[in-house]
Amino acid sequence: MNAAATTSYLDPATGALTNAAADAEARPRPSKGVLGMTCLIIAESAIFTIFVVAYLYYLGKDLAGPTPRQVLELPILNSICLLSSSVTITFALRSLRNGGTKGFGFWWLITIALGAYFLLGTAREWHHLIYDKGLTLQTNLFGTTFYSLVGLHASHVVVGLIALSMVMAFAIAGAVKQKHAERVHVLALYWHFVDVVWIVVFTVVYIIGR
Amino acid sequence: MKSFSLPIDPICCPDAKEVGTTASRNGARSNRTVRRASLPIYWLATFIVIQQSVLAAEKTDTALVPSIFAPESAPAHAISHLAGFVLVITAAIFVVVAGLLLYAVVRFRRRANDDGTEPAQVYGSGPVEAAWTTVPFLIVLVLTLTTARVIQEVQDARKPVEALDVQVIGHQWWWEIRYPKLGIVTANELHVPASQGRSRFPTFLDLRSADVVHSFWVPRLAGKTDLIPNKVNSMWIEPERPGLFVGQCAKYCGTQHAKMLLRVYVHTREDFDRWVEQQRKLAENDPTAAGGRLVFERTACINCHAVNGTVGNGRFGPDLTHLMSRTTLGSGALTNSPEGLRAWIKSPDRFKPGVLMPAMNLNHGDLDKLVAYLTTLK
Amino acid sequence: MNGTVTTGDISSAMPSGATTATEKTVFDHIHSWLVTVDHKKLGLMYIIYGLVFFVVAGLEASLMRIQLAMPNNHFLSPQLFNQLFTMHGTTMVFLVGMPLIFGFANYLVPLMIGARDLAFPRLNAFGFWLSVCGGLLLYFSFIGGEGMAGAGSAPDVGWFAYAPLTGKAFSKGHSTDYWILGIMVGGFGSIATAANIITTILCMRCRGMTLAKMPLLAWLNLIMCGMVLLAVSPLTAAQIMLLLDRFLGSHFFDTQAGGSATLWMHFFWIFGHPEVYILIIPAFAFASEIIPVFSRKAIFGYPVMVAATVAIGFVSVSVWAHHMFTIGMTSTANTFFVISTMMVGIPTGIKIFNWLGTMWGGKLRFDTPMLFCIAFLFQFLIAGLTGIMLAAAPFNWQLNDSYFVVAHFHFTLVGGFVIMIFAALYYWFPKATGRLFSEKLGKWHFWLFVLGFHMTFDTMHIPGILGMPRRIYTYEAGRGWGVLNLVISMGVILQIAGILIFVFNLLRSARKGRPAGNDPWDAWTLEWSTSSPPPEYNFAEIPTVKSRRPLWDIKHPTDPDWKYE
Repeated sequence: MNAAATTSYLDPATGALTNAAADAEARPRPSKGVLGMTCLIIAESAIFTIFVVAYLYYLGKDLAGPTPRQVLELPILNSICLLSSSVTITFALRSLRNGGTKGFGFWWLITIALGAYFLLGTAREWHHLIYDKGLTLQTNLFGTTFYSLVGLHASHVVVGLIALSMVMAFAIAGAVKQKHAERVHVLALYWHFVDVVWIVVFTVVYIIGR
Repeated sequence: MKSFSLPIDPICCPDAKEVGTTASRNGARSNRTVRRASLPIYWLATFIVIQQSVLAAEKTDTALVPSIFAPESAPAHAISHLAGFVLVITAAIFVVVAGLLLYAVVRFRRRANDDGTEPAQVYGSGPVEAAWTTVPFLIVLVLTLTTARVIQEVQDARKPVEALDVQVIGHQWWWEIRYPKLGIVTANELHVPASQGRSRFPTFLDLRSADVVHSFWVPRLAGKTDLIPNKVNSMWIEPERPGLFVGQCAKYCGTQHAKMLLRVYVHTREDFDRWVEQQRKLAENDPTAAGGRLVFERTACINCHAVNGTVGNGRFGPDLTHLMSRTTLGSGALTNSPEGLRAWIKSPDRFKPGVLMPAMNLNHGDLDKLVAYLTTLK
Repeated sequence: MNGTVTTGDISSAMPSGATTATEKTVFDHIHSWLVTVDHKKLGLMYIIYGLVFFVVAGLEASLMRIQLAMPNNHFLSPQLFNQLFTMHGTTMVFLVGMPLIFGFANYLVPLMIGARDLAFPRLNAFGFWLSVCGGLLLYFSFIGGEGMAGAGSAPDVGWFAYAPLTGKAFSKGHSTDYWILGIMVGGFGSIATAANIITTILCMRCRGMTLAKMPLLAWLNLIMCGMVLLAVSPLTAAQIMLLLDRFLGSHFFDTQAGGSATLWMHFFWIFGHPEVYILIIPAFAFASEIIPVFSRKAIFGYPVMVAATVAIGFVSVSVWAHHMFTIGMTSTANTFFVISTMMVGIPTGIKIFNWLGTMWGGKLRFDTPMLFCIAFLFQFLIAGLTGIMLAAAPFNWQLNDSYFVVAHFHFTLVGGFVIMIFAALYYWFPKATGRLFSEKLGKWHFWLFVLGFHMTFDTMHIPGILGMPRRIYTYEAGRGWGVLNLVISMGVILQIAGILIFVFNLLRSARKGRPAGNDPWDAWTLEWSTSSPPPEYNFAEIPTVKSRRPLWDIKHPTDPDWKYE
């Protein structure tokens, strides 16, 4: 045992473990960034799931009005904007992979604009609900669950827009090159996630819930 | 390594069969048969009680030890039979696995004369692993089926027409007890009739909460059920003999969760009817205590307490109409007597720190009058 | 043994921090720990952080045991007692359990898979410091809240914080806010670290190490981290709702406005039950590394061990409502959760049998780490069996929220988790410090702690059977609980003695222990191939492996593992 204690198993010449160099071939490894983002998305999905469950659980259990049917309108244009931003970000990424930094900047800017329009739409919807319909977080269970679920999603859009804008700033400074495509891809994954969550939120709040 | 086998099968399964029949007899609800068949539980209960009385320098009245293995009511019986069955199976598993562990530790320890070579390397064995996957699966199957049966038996029991209905409402930190069909309101002490022979008088409890989550638990009568705001739960008990059974709130409900005690008095049918008679009377209106009644009606007492026939109709605290028919004050914080009552009203916080009842700061004269009045509320 | 060059020679040829250490001031040292992104330093800081709070939580428990030693005792006020059990539970789970498992994962995973660091070293440091912030925020409640010292308001709502007790109506002031925010901040750290470890394991294994050749410790940590992602997030979500309730007046758990108390219970236990598996799976991982080495045999049934852990991971997310058998669910729901809960017993049983199978036919060496492993097997067996009793819903109607439950989960979390933390600390102590601990003191620690543990927690089952509920600050005389509680409290003295010896042993051996060498246990996984303590870069050259036990292959060139795997 003590003999083992002072001995190293490393090959004096290469410093590697000596016994197995033969058959090890380089395997394709998953990208760290993509995997890390996937983990984040899984955790975020769990958070959204809980909010969606709360929304569905309290549906129709209000002690007082207003009900979703009375006040909610379908945010069609908004949804189209947000969902199409998933397409434009893909175009941007494709341009970057092909080395087209100009095209990247163009599509990236469109993506940001579409996201910003979505936020603006949400803000107008909330303003209408609060000041015209008198629905706040405190009004009833619908108000509680509606603002928290839609607000949780909107806060993710805000975070996404901040990240997108930072990349835009770098792009304007000419610092986003073809070799950064993988990193930008990771951010695009997050943006896709935000869009997919909107499909769920839209379905739950505006279709099932109305 | 090839001879490695687990003797779980032969040990567990006979037990499973034997006690399995116990459970099915239990379904037939014949108490005498059940009692004979479930010796292990009674052995265990006796063991605990003996150990307790030997150990307890405190003179413990075993009738007041709320042991779950000393059931006195139908649901508690069903549970303790299931518990005995589960105990036997788990004990068998314990003996086998702990035995194997002990054997391995002793048998395979490195000896003093060890030659320093490594033992034969075994990486696994399909059949052995299949065996110790299958056997636990079978055990789980048996346990699940038995458990499902008892769940049904207790939870989905039908309510007979002659059943007594009681509402129990949890408050921080006392129990409001209402008999809606009998028009009785009391607190902290539940009175119910016992079933005698073929005449069954089960009591069905409607459980609600006025504030936070509580849990109704009288171990010798039934398992616990929570009292949850915005939700009505129900449970039932069917005591078999008269007596006092103690319990307390089992779900943490704030500062004085510990002093939310519960007493269940089980009477014979005749005694219970007499108790009902007594409780349905209007509050005593003793002219000699009129001064005290005035104090009661003119101070903040009536904001929280009710006495039938006075202006006091608060529901935040216990109903005092028949206060002196109860044995304890403050949900078991102290014994109910004129002296106890006086001390309690003077400073409830001394006996139950954090209690929601404030000290009323009455002067001596008013306090005496108030206590004199309250002691007339038989 | 064919290697002849000591690692010391290699590292002296490399740029190393060790040679310049003498010129550094104390301030430089502190600075280097504060800004480090090295997984080993962060791992050690996690572990020290966990151990410090372990002592704090132990003191809280000891105070409660003094109060409960006798009926109608007046040692603690009800308010303080309620704060103590809340803080004890919260601390043990979030400030002891989580830091310790992440500390070991941090330290060991890269070393065992032949990597030089985690995938995202800076995220790792970020996660650690978030956890520290969370812990300090939670403990600031003792002096913060409505005032400074003496007027503090530590949370008193229980570690499960059931609604509506946590609502503004029943929990005034800020004590509950400390509970929410402290845990939530730590939770973000946990999620970040879990994502980091998953990425590390999936992306950074050395050449030749396929998933099927990873050490079991890496496998089990992978599964544990996956569960962290799925389980901690629901708690965070529910806590966000509670914060909205408390600060913005929403009605999620406001029962006066139609909110639901049971919804919080569901959300909490969707986190809470997987959480206990999150804590126990790393304990399984330690057992799966230590037992083979001290039995001198390969782990029995490696694929089955992995499969069983995956099964535990899956089933454990569908058992949460077994904490809620008394809330009045339908008999169908109750039956479903009985079935799923009992099912967890199967893979857990398989694991115990596989460890037994590993010991079977071996040559057992009873060094301190192995002693703890054997105690673990014994105690976890009992914990599993009382778990089966609690899984039988009607039995649970009696036992739920009684001292029987307290005894049961202390068997899993102290008898299982904490005991295996000790085993792991003793086992990897020589690797982390380069020195051997005192075996004699280690055995004293073992026997005192285990005897004290059994005195306390074996006895604790009985008051539960005799109807004693949890979380009561005092109890009536004459219920038959008095003497039992005295015995329970006495056991704490032995446990404290054991812990004192442990701390002394750790501190002294770290400075004065005999040099350990690279491989004091004659073990088989990669961390033992590098120097003790390992250099900052772990491996001078990234190793290549052919089997699950690369060092076995080197030590037995004529009979290597890869021929059989």
